[in-house]
Amino acid sequence: MRKKWMSVSFMLFVISALVLAACGGGSGNGNGNGNSAAGGESEAGASLLDEIKSRDKLVVGVKFDTKLFGLKDPASGEVEGFDIDIAKALAKSILGDENKIELKEVTSKTRIPMLNNNEIDMIIATMTITEERREQVDFSEVYFEAGQSLLVKKGSPIQSVEDVTSGTKVLAVKGATSVDNIKEIAPDATVLEFENYQDAFSALKAGQGDVLTTDNSILYGMMAQDANYEVVGEPFTDEPYGIAMKKGETALVEAVNEGLAALKSSGEYNTIYEKWIGEAPSE
Amino acid sequence: MPDFSILTENFDIYLHGFRNTILASVIALLGSFAIGTVIAVFRITPIRPLRWAGAMYVEFIRNIPLLLVVFVFFYGLPSLGITLSGFVCGTLGLMIYTASFIAEAIRAGIMSVPKGQLEAAQASGLTYVQAMRYVVLPQAIKIVIPPLSNQSLNLIKNSSILGVFAGLDLMYFGDQIASRTYVTFDTYIFVALFYLVLTLPLSYMARQLERKLAKSG
Repeated sequence: MRKKWMSVSFMLFVISALVLAACGGGSGNGNGNGNSAAGGESEAGASLLDEIKSRDKLVVGVKFDTKLFGLKDPASGEVEGFDIDIAKALAKSILGDENKIELKEVTSKTRIPMLNNNEIDMIIATMTITEERREQVDFSEVYFEAGQSLLVKKGSPIQSVEDVTSGTKVLAVKGATSVDNIKEIAPDATVLEFENYQDAFSALKAGQGDVLTTDNSILYGMMAQDANYEVVGEPFTDEPYGIAMKKGETALVEAVNEGLAALKSSGEYNTIYEKWIGEAPSE
Repeated sequence: MPDFSILTENFDIYLHGFRNTILASVIALLGSFAIGTVIAVFRITPIRPLRWAGAMYVEFIRNIPLLLVVFVFFYGLPSLGITLSGFVCGTLGLMIYTASFIAEAIRAGIMSVPKGQLEAAQASGLTYVQAMRYVVLPQAIKIVIPPLSNQSLNLIKNSSILGVFAGLDLMYFGDQIASRTYVTFDTYIFVALFYLVLTLPLSYMARQLERKLAKSG
C-alpha cells in the first residue's frame, strides 16, 4: 500500500517537474520576444549613455566560467578576471566609482540577445571582433589582442612559430580551428589531437609533444596552473577582443573608447594585464 | 543513405587509420594470448605463490577500465623517464587488459574438464604434463574457443581506445574527419563499416572452427 502511494507521488513529482520545465521554457521565450520588441522602440529615445548616468550604475555582461577573464569563485561568490577589472575601470571612468557596476552572466550564445534586450549595457566577455558581429553590434577599440599561440616547457628551443618544423610534435585539441591554422603555417610538423584542453596539457606535461597550440587566452590559463610552462612568440592568428555595445549608441562607444585610452595612457591597463596574464602586454 | 563522398574523399585517411587498427589489434592479440596463457597456467599450478600472482594480475587488471590502463602508460610512464607514443601505449594497454580476460577463459576451460580425467590419465601411467597435453587440453580447447573468439572481437573494438591517446587509429582519424567536415554521423558510419570488415570474418571463422571441433569430438 505504502509502496503504491510512493510511486504515485513520485509520478506526480515527475509530471509537475516536466510541466514546470515546459512552462519555464515557454515563458522564457515569451519574455525574450517581448523585450526585443521593447528594445527596438527604445533605440529612438534618449541615448543609453544618459540612461546609464541617470541610473548611476553600469550593467555589464561578463563570463562567469572563463579562467583569467571572468570566473566566479565558488568559495567567495565573487566574479574575477581581466574582463571584470576592465569593466570596473570603465565604471570608474564613466560614473566615477568602480563599484557602481552590476555584473550579469553571459555565454557566447546569450550575450548578443541580452544586449539587444537591454538587459545589459555592454558585453565584456572574451568577444572577438568579427565582420559578421559588426553587423549586429558596435565594438569599442581592441582591449585584448588574442590569437593562437604556443605553450612550451620553460627552456624549450621552440620560441616562436618559426621554430615549429618537421621534427616538432604539436599537441592540439580535436575539432579546433587551431589544428587547421598550425597545419597551414607549419605543414611539416606532426600534429597530435586530443579530446580536450586538459588532456592536451597533460600530454605536454608528460612529454608526449613539444608544444601545445590554441588561443593564447586559454594558454595563459594553463600557464597560471603550472609555472614550468610559458607562452612563447607572438600570436600568429588575429583575434582581437572588443567591448560590444548596442548598435547606434555612438556616445557610449565614444565614452568607452575614451575610458580605454585613459587606462592605457595611465598604465592601469598594463597593471591589470600583468595581474591576470602574468606578463606585460607585447607592444 | 550516407554521403559516400565522405568515404571517397577521405579514403586515404580512413585506410591509414584502418592499417594502424589492424596492426595494433594483431600485436595486442598475439601478446594477450601469450600473457593470458601464462597467467592461466599460473592460476592452476599447484605452486601457491604463482597462483597468487596470477589471481592478483587477473583481479587487478580486469577490474579497472581499459581507459585507465592506457592512461597509466601514456601519462604515468613518462615520469619514470619512459615516453612511448599513443600507438604503443594503446597497444600495450590493450594487450595487458585483454590478457586478464583470456587467462580467465583458458582457466575456466581447463577447470571444466572433470578432475577424474586427469586422475584416470595419471593412473594409466601418463605424467602430469602428458595427461594435460593428451587428455585435458584437447577437451578444454573446445570449451575455450567461443570465449576466446569473443575476447578477440572485443579487443578489435576496444582498440578504438587509441583514438583518445592520439594513437593514429581508425577512431582517431574518424574524429578528425568528423570535426573537419561536420558530417559527423556519416563519418562514423564508415568507421563502423571498417570495423565490421575486420570483425565479421573473424566472427565467421570462429563459428566454423567451433563446428569443426564439435564434430571431431
